[in-house]
Amino acid sequence: MISRTIVRLGVRSVFGRWRGALLFVLPLVLIAVSVLVRVLVGENETGAQHTLQGLGLVVIVPLVALLATSGLLAPEIDDGSVSYLLAKPISRYTIVMSKLVVAAVCVVVFAAVPLFIAGLVMLTSSPSLAVGFGVGSVAGGLAYCALFALLSVMSRHAVVIGLIYLLIWEGLLGGLLDGVRWLSITRWSEAVIGELADLELVEDLPVTYAVIATAVVLVLGTWLTGQRLRAFNLTGDE
Amino acid sequence: MTTIQIDHVSRWYRNVVAVNDITMTIGPGVTGLLGPNGAGKSTLIALMSGFLAPSTGTVTLDGDPLWRNEQVYREIGLVPEREALFDYLTGRQFVVANAELHGLPDPGAAAQRALALIEMTDAQDRTISTYSKGMKQRIKMASALVHDPSVLLLDEPFNGMDPRQRIHLMELLRTMGAEGRTVLFSSHILEEVEQVARQIEVVVAGRHAASGDFGAIRRLMTDRPNRFVLRTSDDRTMASALLADASVRGARLRSEGGIELEASDFGRFSEVLPRLAREHGIRLHEVTPTDESLESVFAYLVST
Repeated sequence: MISRTIVRLGVRSVFGRWRGALLFVLPLVLIAVSVLVRVLVGENETGAQHTLQGLGLVVIVPLVALLATSGLLAPEIDDGSVSYLLAKPISRYTIVMSKLVVAAVCVVVFAAVPLFIAGLVMLTSSPSLAVGFGVGSVAGGLAYCALFALLSVMSRHAVVIGLIYLLIWEGLLGGLLDGVRWLSITRWSEAVIGELADLELVEDLPVTYAVIATAVVLVLGTWLTGQRLRAFNLTGDE
Repeated sequence: MTTIQIDHVSRWYRNVVAVNDITMTIGPGVTGLLGPNGAGKSTLIALMSGFLAPSTGTVTLDGDPLWRNEQVYREIGLVPEREALFDYLTGRQFVVANAELHGLPDPGAAAQRALALIEMTDAQDRTISTYSKGMKQRIKMASALVHDPSVLLLDEPFNGMDPRQRIHLMELLRTMGAEGRTVLFSSHILEEVEQVARQIEVVVAGRHAASGDFGAIRRLMTDRPNRFVLRTSDDRTMASALLADASVRGARLRSEGGIELEASDFGRFSEVLPRLAREHGIRLHEVTPTDESLESVFAYLVST
């Protein structure tokens, strides 16, 4: 189900572009901020929680997912080199899932682990917060990857649409309108984190719903992306 | 024996018709797909390589549909027109990756064989981004040949190649055709096509304009009135002398000077013109064919 060749090519395509460098910058910013918080405020649960939530979960996780996923599919579709992957007797779902494996590893390495480390830096005495944010960001990050993968095969402007979605829906409306929590990947991962770290990051959102919704986005996004690739139109410049 | 069958296929993009009710069979040997830019050649190749669904009609490979059928790529090698490759890989890494994606038992050996075939062994360890246009074209060929396909589809393969590379690729295509593979390549240059292809399919404005061996296509193009503009030292005398000859169908004196001329028999006309000019002591300043561009040749083909 996973092609090692596509994974290998995917890793090189993510890190072979300037976007790859951003993947290293984002977690460094988070950890730097967490060190700053620890030095300035000391060990403070509210401060740690707000930093992990406001910077880590809302900004770093979706951006890492967007950078990793868009670096995997969109450039190849844009310049047509995806035809070298598609003109092969391999299932389109294998292609999508192999690409998503790379994106998932990026989410773990550049979002989940840094969130965990930042959590430990700010709140060393109570590691459950760090663990909660680490695990929650994996769930949210994976769902974002599947969503952005689908965007990549549907539009040439996947990165812009992804950013607008993050800013308007997840960021602005998610903060203003309570109802958005039912349809917000970040809110779902907050529910998961709340359950793990025994916090209430989001009100009135059952964790079961959050887990199922995350899984649905992940599975549906992957499947629809494969469907789109099965019907991929490749034409010349004419 | 692998055959691509295109049966009453049309393809349109919104209200633009790219391919209009085309039926053709591409069998073993080398076939040239000839037509001006924008005639629908790339659309046809996309249809034949399973990268485009026909709006109506069917495209099949030995009876199997090409659309949404990734198993056909075991038989097909595709050389796309677009130049984009995995620029960050070396030539060898790229071809090996293609071999692996085909699930070949020994990807390294298959890649070496393909690289040797297109004479890229020396440059195989350089990054693709450092390759010239012709080298990129050849590395694309290697990636298409790595699984020893029975069908090879090439979209404008001679673009950007220098004369030596061109001759080598032509030789390679001829060999593959002679081996019984089904080879189809597109081009907008007749001379290129007739040097390689036994069978030529002419496409113009999305329609199948002509089909046959290059002799038949050549005759269609040359046995027809040719138009010229002449500028001479004595237009009126020259025009009347030419009109007296059977090879000339019409002549008109242009108000701005010169003669517009229609010749019905090009071979005879090219012999008669200098002779008549010498006999009448007329100096020829200019002889310009006015419709020799390929587009006008095709326009003629379509209208017959």
